[in-house]
Amino acid sequence: MNPLRWAPKQRLERCIALGALVLVAVWPALGLNAYWSHQIFLQTFLFGIAAASLIFLSAYGGMVSLAQTALFGIAGVIIGNLATKGGAGGTSKGLHLGWDPTVAVLVAVVMTTAIGLIFGLVAARSAGIYFLMITLTFSVIATYTLGQVTKISGFSGIGGISSYTPGWLGDVLAHPDRLYYLALGVAVAVYVLIRYIVRTPFGLSLQGVRDEPVRMSSLGYNVALHRTLAFGFAAFVASLGGILYVWWSGQIAPGNVDLPGTINLLVMAVIGGLVRIEGAWLGAFVFIVIQNYVRDFAVPGLSFGGTLFGGSFNTIVGIIFLVIVLASPAGLMGAWDRAVAELSRRRGPPRTADEPAPGPGS
Amino acid sequence: MAAAVIFAVLYVAVIAEQSPATGGGGWRTTTFGSAINDPGSFLRVLLDSITFAGALFIVASGFALIFGLMRVVNMAHGAFYLLGGYIAYEIQQTMTGQGFSIPSAEVNTWDWLVPLFVAVPSIAVVGFVTQQAFLRWNQGQELRQALITIAISVIIADQIIAHFPRSVSTGAQRLGGNAVDLTWPGWTDRLVDLHVWGVYYSLARLVMLAIGAAVGVGLWLWLYRTKTGMVIRAGVDDQKMTSALGINIQRTFAIAFVVGSALAALGSVVWASQGNIASGQDAQWLLNSLVVVIVGGMGSIFGAAAGAILYAFVLDFSGSYLPTAGADCCTQYSPIFTFILIALVLAFRPRGLFGRDG
Repeated sequence: MNPLRWAPKQRLERCIALGALVLVAVWPALGLNAYWSHQIFLQTFLFGIAAASLIFLSAYGGMVSLAQTALFGIAGVIIGNLATKGGAGGTSKGLHLGWDPTVAVLVAVVMTTAIGLIFGLVAARSAGIYFLMITLTFSVIATYTLGQVTKISGFSGIGGISSYTPGWLGDVLAHPDRLYYLALGVAVAVYVLIRYIVRTPFGLSLQGVRDEPVRMSSLGYNVALHRTLAFGFAAFVASLGGILYVWWSGQIAPGNVDLPGTINLLVMAVIGGLVRIEGAWLGAFVFIVIQNYVRDFAVPGLSFGGTLFGGSFNTIVGIIFLVIVLASPAGLMGAWDRAVAELSRRRGPPRTADEPAPGPGS
Repeated sequence: MAAAVIFAVLYVAVIAEQSPATGGGGWRTTTFGSAINDPGSFLRVLLDSITFAGALFIVASGFALIFGLMRVVNMAHGAFYLLGGYIAYEIQQTMTGQGFSIPSAEVNTWDWLVPLFVAVPSIAVVGFVTQQAFLRWNQGQELRQALITIAISVIIADQIIAHFPRSVSTGAQRLGGNAVDLTWPGWTDRLVDLHVWGVYYSLARLVMLAIGAAVGVGLWLWLYRTKTGMVIRAGVDDQKMTSALGINIQRTFAIAFVVGSALAALGSVVWASQGNIASGQDAQWLLNSLVVVIVGGMGSIFGAAAGAILYAFVLDFSGSYLPTAGADCCTQYSPIFTFILIALVLAFRPRGLFGRDG
């Protein structure tokens, strides 16, 4: 691809994305604000991975899945059960099998993908809004299962997981930068992988299934199989995010995957826009900045007790979410696409700029 | 699959054994023993599920009514449920002048009915405003409407924590969405002798079932014996054709949304009197409504009734008749059985038991 032949919009997007990527790549090396790197950017990477799995299903499969948070959490719980050890200084909850953490990661990824395939198999014959409802029940059922099956988690969840990371990663608390670069690398890899998958024959027929399931079916494509496999792939991506998350936070509990948790991930995806993969990291970044800095935001006249109407952060999230779905259902990426289209329409003949930019902009 | 279902039925009927006085027991050990050995407990669990299905039906039929007619997945249904319950609780506290927990002898019928008659119209108004302000102008954009109701549910659930329960707040310190009980009227607080296997059963739960049945009959009469109902059923089948015939479909939508929301509040008052109401139950009741509707199918109150009964059976029987051996005594596997129920139904009927294509 010749950079000179990119449309101006593409060139601009790629410059922004590349600049953001370079910025986050050098941020810890330059010793800049550690709170931003270890809280905001790191969370952006790992929640962005989970949001990317949601956006992948939505943008290329036409399936808005609310089960991604549950799969994210299931991967974390599996790591927590397999890798931690009981006894003095160990964790109190979970099976604490004390496996080698690298093996535990592989098993967690495989098991989560398998659970995703089962979820996909059950939901695959439905589409659209029905799919949303079914995956929401998966999510809530997973939360209650984790909460009530005390052997594997229980309501308080599993803690101390960050002490049981693989040797090549080291202690997360002592060397947070290693996890930072790992998460950044996985995020970029996930982005590239998704961009690759959607151009394979499987990805193309998946988009056919999204647009014309009946026609694809009569052409001999197995619609349910495509949806199931896409769901399994998204579960694989979500499991990577979940594993990074438990290493980062050190703990996983049903509270991480409950209905508010599910909605938070959806809010990230919707802020970014359910149409383009880049939106995952953009949405996660915006959400996490809001979460960190708007907690005690007071609106004059509407707030008492320091917060909006006396509510907490969630009221503000709800209102932001409401404004976005009312104003621009395609999120920030959609608003950007629309703004550029509007601008170029005013300035002259439209140029085709269908191809989105690379790099997980943050 | 059929074998698994038959095994489950056999397990409850004959295989299960009551746990021994001492020792762990095996895979056959359950709390009650099999239905043959302990028919009284079996009947009690059966009645528990049927009466719970009554409450489930009230809430879920409202959800199904809205979805069936307008294709709106009202994700705020659980939040409406919660808000209705808390409003009723505040009214009952004010009327009885009692503290945190009210003895049922202190509650007369009006102390229960007035909170009901305040909470139900309040939520109907909330539903009406939601529909008119946020859902009327984007009809047909299913995903966007679901997202809008999710946003509304987040806001309502958070505001509930900030403002309810009011009556047990002490000064500036609010108790933020704590679990509170509504109380049934005093006359229902007794056990009825059923004269079968020596079973005495709670009158309150039977009243709950009666209310559920009354709602079902009422909805049936409304949908199948009145003109409004006829229009609603026509709208479920073909929205565009119905409005092309000169029927004001927007008015019908508003009516359906108001009734559907009001049913969430009614179900909330009924179930909060039996159990309790607490922040976080919005997720539970959204799940309940979704499962009933996914299992039962859309657009028919029979679907909602069938879904409610099946779901209640699965929940109560898996809660009571799963093996309770050893260290695993306190684990509740019933959510997994809910998943199996959904998987089984969707494997054969992708649109639910009573669902139709379209």
